[in-house]
Amino acid sequence: MSGIFDKFAPLQEQHAALTAMGRSPADIEFEEILSPTEAILNGKRTVLMGTNNYLGLTFDEDAVDAAIDALKSEGTGTTGSRIANGSYDGHKALEKELAEFYGMRSAILFSTGYQANLGAIAALAGRDDYLLIDADSHASIYDACRLSDAQVIRFRHNDADNLDRKLKRLEGTSGSKIIVIESIYSMLGDMVPLKDFVEVKKKHGAYLLIDEAHSLGVLGDKGRGLCEHEGLEDDIDFITGTFSKSIGTVGGFLVSNLPGLDIVRFVSRPYMFTASPPPSVVASARKTLSRIAGATELRKKLWDNATQLYNGLKGAGFDLGPTLSPIVAIRLKDPEQAIALWNGLLDAGVYTNLALPPATPYGWYLLRSSISAAHTPEQIALAVDVCTKIGKELGFITLSNSKKAYAEDLQGNGHAQLNGASEASSSAAVEAEAVEPPATGGPAARV
Amino acid sequence: MTSPQSASKSTSNDSIMLEIKNQLRVRTGENAVLGPDTNITRDLGLDSLAIMDFIFDLEDSFDISIPMERIAEVQTLSDLAKAIDILQKEAA
Ligand SMILES: Cc1ncc(COP(=O)(O)O)c(C=O)c1O
Repeated sequence: MSGIFDKFAPLQEQHAALTAMGRSPADIEFEEILSPTEAILNGKRTVLMGTNNYLGLTFDEDAVDAAIDALKSEGTGTTGSRIANGSYDGHKALEKELAEFYGMRSAILFSTGYQANLGAIAALAGRDDYLLIDADSHASIYDACRLSDAQVIRFRHNDADNLDRKLKRLEGTSGSKIIVIESIYSMLGDMVPLKDFVEVKKKHGAYLLIDEAHSLGVLGDKGRGLCEHEGLEDDIDFITGTFSKSIGTVGGFLVSNLPGLDIVRFVSRPYMFTASPPPSVVASARKTLSRIAGATELRKKLWDNATQLYNGLKGAGFDLGPTLSPIVAIRLKDPEQAIALWNGLLDAGVYTNLALPPATPYGWYLLRSSISAAHTPEQIALAVDVCTKIGKELGFITLSNSKKAYAEDLQGNGHAQLNGASEASSSAAVEAEAVEPPATGGPAARV
Repeated sequence: MTSPQSASKSTSNDSIMLEIKNQLRVRTGENAVLGPDTNITRDLGLDSLAIMDFIFDLEDSFDISIPMERIAEVQTLSDLAKAIDILQKEAA
């Protein structure tokens, strides 16, 4: 008799192979969390460089105190959904504060960012509508498409011209066209050429939804994200986001300036059929959100840190994602290189993310790191030094390598083209060359 | 007896299949055996990303968009040719 888990044999093998080569990312277990940037792993003090803790606020005293107060006064959980079991004051207050923060009419809170995408997209796109999604979309967007009754059309990653052609082919059809993009893509840290997408959206009268998961608190003078940074907020119909990254807790949201958004609460299954966020989570999210607009210094530190890591690794000859951002990904030729580098870094006390296909775009093997405002220059220097040492030992970076990478990117001729990426991506590669210490709230290369 | 209509239909199907094969050969090499029953995901050694890129190129050649749910139904080259034919007619 075949077993129920037999179909996962290839996955089992991959997991076993990873374990045999050192460890498997799924088995990483931190014994103690010392700070936003340090933990004890296998008895060893380890620098955390794979957390999404962009502003380093997970231990913020005010947020922790607010959570404790809420825990004591309102209990450990809500034990139900808001539709069936009612809302708490904090849910309503947080929604009001989110709407004010974005300068939009209304906001809806979800239990996670994953559910926000699932709930928003599946509710907005009905049977006769069309969803147009980027090929590199996050799993939550792909899963939302499965939950939606709409027709789903994918366009080439970050390619507004490809989207334009696809919308043109839909001319004369009656349903709403809903474009879904992300501000900073989570694996390579590359950004959407938002202006081009806004132009296409306007040309075809489509709706635009942007997931600002990795840019809330990170981009824009007030930390509202890429739309603020590019001065295009008035052209965006829907923003989704998460509290699990810069806000340092858990939860998700949908905001919009369109009147009538509240109806989504009654048609969105991931809103209706799951428990609402617990009071302590809501309290810490509110406290940290209230800090975001004024966190100019933290943003500057974050971008200084990202610049140090990106330029350090690029200078050493590593092949990186096309744009400087707080997500810095090293692209490696084969899984062995990626696994060896990841294990070597852990042995030296630096934790990063190992990202392998199919979770990665274009089947790349990635060593993904995310930088925090709380990192010290010494921690980042350590990461760069260890990477460089291992890279040289294993022979996958050489000096000529580093010169070649620079030259190729300057011609817009590097890996950006391997994927048939748009002009925009190639020019992003050129922009990345001009990296300087950035102005507050955004990468200098794009200001 | 072949009616003029079905004759023109088979011509268009042939040209669709020709373009599919051309696009695939760029990815599989010249020696791949490509027939109507060739299974796209199983028989060609292409990963899901190569297949996605192949579909994007076909969309541009035929000036159509192939929705994800249609792609999910396609297994063989002949399924793909049929889907493209239908989408082209819908668009016309
Ligand atoms: C782009 C993007 N959207 C949504 C999510 C989901 O966020 P959450 O962790 O709140 O479920 C993530 C995080 O994995 C993400 O990277």
